[in-house]
Amino acid sequence: MARIAARTSEPGVVGNAPLPLPTGPEAPPRGWHRLSMSQKQVVWAWGFLALPILFYAGIRFYPTLDAFRLSLTDWNLLRPANFVGLDNYVRLVSDPQFGQVFRNTFAYLLIGTPTSIVVAFVIAYYLDRVRFMHGLIRALYFLPFLTTAAAMAWVWRWFYQPPPIGAINGFLASVGIPAQPFLRSTEQALPAIMVTAIWAGLGFQIIIFMAGLRAIPSTYYEAARIDGLGEFAILRRITLPLLKPTTVFLVVLSSIGFLRIFDQVYNMTTNDPGGPLGSTKPLVLMIYQSAFSSYEMGYAAAQTVVLFTILLVVSLLQLWILRERT
Amino acid sequence: MRTTLLKAGLLAGVGLFAANAAQAVEIEYWQYVFDARVKAMDQLIENFEAANPGITVKHVTFPYADYQTRVVAAHAAGRGPDVVQLFYGWTDNFVDGGILQPLSQEAFPHGEIEEAFFPIVTAMKRDGEYYGLPTAVRSLALFYNKNLFEEAGLDPESPPQTLDAWVAAAEATTKRDGAGNMISAGTTLDMAGQDHHWWREVLVRQFGGAPYTDDYRTVTYDDDAGRAALEWYTNLQLEKGVGAAGFMDEGQAAFRAGLAAMTIDGTFRLGAFRSIESFEWGVAELPAGPDGTRSNYSSYFANGIGASAEGEELEAAEKFLAYVTSPEAMEIWLETVGELPARREVALTEANLADPIYGPFLRGLDYAHTTLFVDEAAQRQLIIDATNRILLQGQSPAGALEQAAAAEQALIDARN
Repeated sequence: MARIAARTSEPGVVGNAPLPLPTGPEAPPRGWHRLSMSQKQVVWAWGFLALPILFYAGIRFYPTLDAFRLSLTDWNLLRPANFVGLDNYVRLVSDPQFGQVFRNTFAYLLIGTPTSIVVAFVIAYYLDRVRFMHGLIRALYFLPFLTTAAAMAWVWRWFYQPPPIGAINGFLASVGIPAQPFLRSTEQALPAIMVTAIWAGLGFQIIIFMAGLRAIPSTYYEAARIDGLGEFAILRRITLPLLKPTTVFLVVLSSIGFLRIFDQVYNMTTNDPGGPLGSTKPLVLMIYQSAFSSYEMGYAAAQTVVLFTILLVVSLLQLWILRERT
Repeated sequence: MRTTLLKAGLLAGVGLFAANAAQAVEIEYWQYVFDARVKAMDQLIENFEAANPGITVKHVTFPYADYQTRVVAAHAAGRGPDVVQLFYGWTDNFVDGGILQPLSQEAFPHGEIEEAFFPIVTAMKRDGEYYGLPTAVRSLALFYNKNLFEEAGLDPESPPQTLDAWVAAAEATTKRDGAGNMISAGTTLDMAGQDHHWWREVLVRQFGGAPYTDDYRTVTYDDDAGRAALEWYTNLQLEKGVGAAGFMDEGQAAFRAGLAAMTIDGTFRLGAFRSIESFEWGVAELPAGPDGTRSNYSSYFANGIGASAEGEELEAAEKFLAYVTSPEAMEIWLETVGELPARREVALTEANLADPIYGPFLRGLDYAHTTLFVDEAAQRQLIIDATNRILLQGQSPAGALEQAAAAEQALIDARN
């Protein structure tokens, strides 16, 4: 307590560096010793903060800003970059592939995020009440989150195979349903891949939801029950509103995840990346192909700028929609 | 006095060091990771260093997926290799980007190259200069499962020689279950594998057309021949039902698992197929077309000299390149990797031609074509998509091909 008081007290009064009194214009106190205690603390704080800030500026912010510059050039890794103005963006708008990739990306976002949030909440809500083997069940749900996305994608890729080897088609056949093409269909491929992405992220969302549920004081529930509220009313009036910060966090995180989906799609369609006929190709895969298959770095940078803008707008929009109304 | 001594000592040291440097030149050789290739190259380097005591070769490898990016990025950073392996299809990019230097005509006279190597080596020529030479070349052939042939009542020792006989064999070996699901395919259909080469350079020609003009700058497959070839190919699944795209995920996986009687694949697959123990397989030349036309697609990885090599390093790099493209190196490569020698005299020996496995591939080399791609992945994608539009969306072969040809022409034009 005394130390805190010492820190916040007037400079020069307490501490080991009393404010030097001016001794004359010819010998003014200089540098470090002239600083007050609190000023020194600020310097120290910034000194420590400078390292991560410089690091982030170097590996995060600088490349991000540089992508904006690159998107205005025709750089292909080999030749020096030429400034081409907005050519890459004009090309992007008229690229038929981009339209489809854009729709695919939003399909992953608009179907994937709500589905995964609802499923995760329902599981967390009921799992919270289960006492029998609670830890084991929770661990089982969490397991996919710990597994490498590429390994999971390959297992699912084989699950989805046509007869005679596909496990899912084998099951369908045993209950008399005709074989489905799954990844070989322009309609079924995207949902088939999305299911695996939802499943992979479910464990994490369940754990966060459960932590949120546990954080709600039980006195609220007790009071509600004494007042005679039904289970559904309790869910609607108490649980969901109080879970809002958790939900906002998960919606933002999950949206960013689906907008950036890549591993699952790439690994499940390596022979025809993002196929068939581009029906599963997300924006990130298109960026990857432009940059590292065709070496059109400028064009790829323009796509990343678009992705960045989408991510920014979607995140801000969600924060605004789900903001606390006071 | 002291300083003079010191200076003298320093000078002597520098002199010694320089002499050492002159004796021991180190050059870097880059290739991608593929066990057999790395092993073969290690052996070549050992032999080369034994014969050239002053030169050491540092063997640097990268995973295939990153390889091209690494070479390009290293060049951008000014730290390229002295001798570098590259796919012939990357030559345009590498030459335009200044990654390679032309091979000096004193060390590698053009007349000698063109006489000794298979004609496909000219794919390494730009503006009258060679930018690389291959150790080994690859071609396509028909792999067939002898056990499935026998089961279907076909002679396992006389594989189909014409497209008609090939279709008949595929029909005979296709197996379906009660629900009509394919359980074993007559042939693999995999445009993402080697089928796009087969269609482009073989089928289109066998149906009377040509895929491109001779300089590969103009797409010419959008005509009756191209349409007939694509229709014939897609009808293998749609009408004849002897194969299905995506069956067993990949064509080579289906063949390996013994669930496809035939597949068209390259020399590079030999290593993987050699480990098959559950059935006997054979190799045959690609089936001839209706009028007897034979064709094949050949490709290769060449070795070029990095633009930054100069002076002693350049001299050493030239020596090394000459060694890895020598008859001796080609024999080692054939033994270790199983790829065909790029020099005619080494490849077309009686023993090789009589070999039941190498023979069909080697005969294919004689009439093979080498597509000059501007972006192989993107050009392959266009054929995959054209096929999928027919197979999955019911588009007509004419429409699908017209779309593919226009897109491919635009792609080629954009790179010139």
